Amino acid sequence: MRLWQNAFAALALSLVAGVALAAGDVGEVKKQSVNIPAIIMFLAFVAATLGITYWAAQRTKTAKDFYAAGGGITGFQNGLAIAGDYMSAASFLGISGLVFINGYDGLIYSVGWLVGWPIIMFLMAEQLRNLGKYTYADVVSYRFQRVPMRTMAATGSLVVVILYLIGQMVGAGKLIQVLFGLDYVYAVTIVGILIILYVTFGGMLATTWVQIIKACLLLGGATIIAFGALWVATDGSLSPERLFQKATEIHNKKDAVMRPGALVTSPIEAISLGLALMFGTAGLPHILMRFFTVPNATEARKSVFYATGFIGYFYILTFLIGFGAIVLLMPAESGFMVPDPKTGALALKGGQNMAAVNLSAAIGGNILLGFISAVAFATILAVVSGLTLAGASAISHDLYANVVAHGNVDELQEVRVSKIATLVLGVIAILLGIAFEQQNVAYLVGLTFSVAASANFPILIVSIFWSKMTTKGALLGGWLGLVSSTLFVILGPTVWTDVLKLGDAIFPFKNPALFSMTLAFLGIWIGSIMDSSEQGKQECASFEAQDVRCQTGIGAEGAASH
Amino acid sequence: MQQDLVHAIKSNPKYHELVSKRKTFAWILAILMLVIYYGFILIVAFNKAFLSQQLWTGSITTVGIPIGLGVIISAFVLTGIYVFRANSEFDRLTREIKEEVL
Repeated sequence: MRLWQNAFAALALSLVAGVALAAGDVGEVKKQSVNIPAIIMFLAFVAATLGITYWAAQRTKTAKDFYAAGGGITGFQNGLAIAGDYMSAASFLGISGLVFINGYDGLIYSVGWLVGWPIIMFLMAEQLRNLGKYTYADVVSYRFQRVPMRTMAATGSLVVVILYLIGQMVGAGKLIQVLFGLDYVYAVTIVGILIILYVTFGGMLATTWVQIIKACLLLGGATIIAFGALWVATDGSLSPERLFQKATEIHNKKDAVMRPGALVTSPIEAISLGLALMFGTAGLPHILMRFFTVPNATEARKSVFYATGFIGYFYILTFLIGFGAIVLLMPAESGFMVPDPKTGALALKGGQNMAAVNLSAAIGGNILLGFISAVAFATILAVVSGLTLAGASAISHDLYANVVAHGNVDELQEVRVSKIATLVLGVIAILLGIAFEQQNVAYLVGLTFSVAASANFPILIVSIFWSKMTTKGALLGGWLGLVSSTLFVILGPTVWTDVLKLGDAIFPFKNPALFSMTLAFLGIWIGSIMDSSEQGKQECASFEAQDVRCQTGIGAEGAASH
Repeated sequence: MQQDLVHAIKSNPKYHELVSKRKTFAWILAILMLVIYYGFILIVAFNKAFLSQQLWTGSITTVGIPIGLGVIISAFVLTGIYVFRANSEFDRLTREIKEEVL
C-alpha cells in the first residue's frame, strides 16, 4: 500500500514537472505560443482528477470495485458519466466545425449520434444490467459455450477500443499541440501516462468521476460559448432568427446554410450511416460497461434518460456554436480568418475544427480560450480512460479469467492482470498515437461505429431476444459481421481510394453497416437453424432461465455490500 | 437459477402481464424512434424543398430547424416516457412477482 502511494506521488510529480518542462520547450516549430491560462486550468483539472484517483484507489479492492465501481453509482451520476464517455472532443469540435462550414447539414449529422440512445433504452439497458456482471461478453456468453464466445466478444471489444483509441490519441496530440503549444510526442505521452494512472489505481470509480467532471465542464463550457455567442451576435436580443439572418448575410453560401445541402445525397449511404450511428452506439464496449456500475435496472434506465438529455442538449449547443462562429468569426475584420498559404483564400485559423475554440477567444478572450482548451484536453483524457478500462477488462475478465484460466482464477489475480493490461494498452495507445501522427484518421470514427454495429450489436441483441440462437450461429454471425465490416471499409472509397490511393473502390459505399449488419444477422440465423447438435438444443432450452432473469432481475448482480 | 424457481415465476400471471406489457411498450417506442429518425433522413434525401420553406412569412428560419431540433427532443421525450412507466408500473409488477415467488 505505502509503496504504491509513494510511487503514485512520484509519478504525479514527474508528470507536472513534465508539463512544465514541455511548456518551456516550445517555440522552434509551427506550434502555437504557450497558452498559460490553458495550462494552469488544465493542471488544476489534472490535480483534481489525481486527487479523485487517490480517493478512489482506497475504495477499489475487489474485482467488482475495479470493473464496476462496486455497482454503487446512481442513475444520475451514471447518466452524466455516459454523456462524458460519449461526448468526445471530436464531436464537440467536429460538429461545430461542420455547422460553421455547411450550416444545416451539421444538424442532420448530429441527430444521428443521438437516436441510438432511445434504442439502447428500450431494448438493452435493463437487460444488460440484469444479465451482465462486468463486460458485455458476460451477456453474450450467458447460455453459450464460454471459450469461443468470450474470445469473439473480446476480439470485437478490442478491435473497437483500439480503432477508437487511435482516433482519440491522434486528435489529442494535434489539438494539444495547437492549444497548449506542447510538442505532439509530449502531448500523446502525457495523455497515456494520465490514463494509466487513473485506470490502474482508481479503476471504474476514478474513471466514472473523471467522466462526470469532464461532462460538467464540457456542458458548462459549451453553454457559455453558445449563449455568449448568441448574446454578442444578436446584440443582446438572444433571438435565433436574428442569428440566422446575420449568418445568411455573412456566409458565402447565403440562404443555403439554412437548408439541407449535399451531406445526404445517396439514400443508401444515408440509411447505412444512420444504422452505424444508431446501433454502433449500442455496440461500444466502454458504453455498455457503464450499465454494470449501477445497482439495478431502475437506475440503469434513469442513466439512459439523463444521458440522452445531456447529449441532446450538447448537440443543440454545438449547432448554436457553429452559427455563432459564422457570425462572429467569418467576417474578415474579426481577425480569425487567415489566408491559406497555398491558395490565398481566407480560411478559419487552425482549420474548420477550431470554430468552437476560436469562438471562445472571440467572446471571452484568453481566459475563456484557456478554459475551453483545458476542457478539450480533459474531454480527451476522459474518453481515453473509459476506452482503456473497457479494453483492459476484455483482456483480464474475458480472455484471461474465462478463456485462458477457464474461470478458475482468484479475484485479486484477475484485477492484477487487468492493471497490467491497462499499462500495456496505455503504452500501445501512446505508440499508436505517434505512429499515426501523419495519417488522416477521420475515417476511423466511421469504421469504429460500423464494426461495433456489425460485430458486437447483433450477437448482443439476438442473444437477449431470440431463444433459438446457438453458439454456432452466434460465432458465424459475429465473425462475419466483424470481418465483413472491416473488409468493406478497407475496400471502400474512404480507405481504398482516399487513404491508400489504389484507384476505384472495390466496395462502392462509404458506409458499410447496412450490408455488414445484414450479413451478421443472416449468419446468426442460418448458423442457428442449421445447428442440430445436442449442445445447441441445450442452449435453446436454457433461454427460459436467462429470460426470467433478464425480465425480473432475479439472480442479477447486486450492488456491493460495503 | 434453479429450474423450479423458473417454473414458479413463469406460471405467475403477473410475470406474463409484465413481459407482454413491457415488450409491446418497448417495441412501439423503438419503432416510433426509427420512424421519426428515418422519416427525417428520407425527407432530407428526397424532399429538401419541404425543409427549406420559410417557417413564417419572411422568416430566415426554415421549417428544417424545428424539425431537426424536434428529432433531438423526441429522443429525450421518448426515453422519458419509457422511464416514467417502467420505473413505476413495471418495477411495481416486478416487486410483486418477487414477493410472491421468493
